[in-house]
Amino acid sequence: MGLYDKFSRLAAERSSLQSLDPSPFGTRIDVVYSSTRGRIGGTDVILAGTNNYLGLTFDEDAIEAARHALTVEGTGTTGSRMANGSYGSHSALESELATFLNRPSVMVFSTGYVANLGIIGTLAGPREVVLLDADCHASIYDACTLGGAEIIRFHHNDAKDLERRMLRLGDRAKDALIIVEGIYSMLGDVAPLKEIVDVKRRLGGFLLVDEAHSFGVMGANGRGLAEEQDVEDDVDIILGTFSKSLAAIGGFAAGRSSEMEVLRYASRPYIFTASPSPSVVASVRSALKTIAARPQLREKLWSNAQRLYDGLAALGYSMGPRVSPVVPVMVGSKEQGVKFWRALIDQGVYVNLVLPPATPSGVTLVRCSVSAAHTSVQIDQIIEAFAALRPSLKLTA
Amino acid sequence: MFTQDVILENVLVCLRDMIPGAETVGPDSDMVDDLGLESVKMMDLLMKLEDDYDLSIPINILMDVRTPRQLAASLIGYLEKRNGPV
Ligand SMILES: Cc1ncc(COP(=O)(O)O)c(C=O)c1O
Repeated sequence: MGLYDKFSRLAAERSSLQSLDPSPFGTRIDVVYSSTRGRIGGTDVILAGTNNYLGLTFDEDAIEAARHALTVEGTGTTGSRMANGSYGSHSALESELATFLNRPSVMVFSTGYVANLGIIGTLAGPREVVLLDADCHASIYDACTLGGAEIIRFHHNDAKDLERRMLRLGDRAKDALIIVEGIYSMLGDVAPLKEIVDVKRRLGGFLLVDEAHSFGVMGANGRGLAEEQDVEDDVDIILGTFSKSLAAIGGFAAGRSSEMEVLRYASRPYIFTASPSPSVVASVRSALKTIAARPQLREKLWSNAQRLYDGLAALGYSMGPRVSPVVPVMVGSKEQGVKFWRALIDQGVYVNLVLPPATPSGVTLVRCSVSAAHTSVQIDQIIEAFAALRPSLKLTA
Repeated sequence: MFTQDVILENVLVCLRDMIPGAETVGPDSDMVDDLGLESVKMMDLLMKLEDDYDLSIPINILMDVRTPRQLAASLIGYLEKRNGPV
């Protein structure tokens, strides 16, 4: 038996879809004109399949900061912070994030995925139990596997179910890790943090919230869902990424107490990988300042989200449960979904096709994401594209 | 009451519910290759078993499990390791 044989089912399934050009699983955006416009093959498209929530990928201050860092600090650090040393800018970013989040301790990682591996995978060892929302991101599952903890799933966004499962654990619940996300990346729904915190207050546990999609996007100051729901003091660690609202790459963990600092010496995904490049750190620092200084970006994002949600709902599409910068539209079967996604590109709109099992409850959906940089005209163009395709999709909405 | 046979029977019932046209599923069917069960579905099945028995069973027991018989054995193995013979 060959090493690749176990992938034969996957290969067959994917090759049937890959013959499409462009393919939903290997889309190449040939030219990026701006944070909201690009070209795929010969077609100019509005980019509505990103996580560029605040539209900062072409922010002039961020680009200038990155350019300056390239000139004065070079292209890469060529090593890990533990073995080769941190740059001043790594530490500065950590303290600026700590100030922004109003938390004593922040650790920066090379990606959000690595942040999850580095924090969850180190805290949750073989003797620990993790209770995670069933719809949590793959990085969270992988992190639990890395650490070797026992993993118990609870029903998505169901605090009562979390409570039931914690009660079953008896005494072990007191030290269990509870992991949820802010905004969920596929349906755009948010965790019922207040209810989850209420369970935690009664039964114990250590709460981690992955604010990958909600940092910079929710809360009066952009600190995320925990800020929005006024439960920041009950969240032990906030996890986040620089790859979405902060428009670069990297990740972070922010502890409620400085106890977390010890993980710098224990977390293998922190120690054994290269630290973020100076230009990346510089653009993130700049974007963070922009997020703090310009709450209007968040307002624009949410008004765009509302406009798109209302427009698509009015067309009779079956949508996600709430208005959110992530706007999922259910599109029937896998085959219908692939055709629909393809036709949207022809209409000049790029979104993400998401097929089961990557989607919750086995539905096929196209995932639109809204940016503060979208103009109202662009949002209307997206709605028009969906309107043009509506007759092709027989749905009972 | 948690004998391997009882659990196996329950697993088979659940599978027949979950997969349309899966009447032919047997104790040694390969849940991934023969029944096309994705890993998320396997985890959902386990969640249902937890609720049926009102027990905590981590998804870690699914590692290396391919068939209903192996699932029942792995589950019993976990319970014995945690609580002594069941
Ligand atoms: C909830 C969640 N956590 C973590 C990540 C990983 O972040 P990154 O892309 O920075 O590795 C993502 C994004 O893909 C995510 O959606």
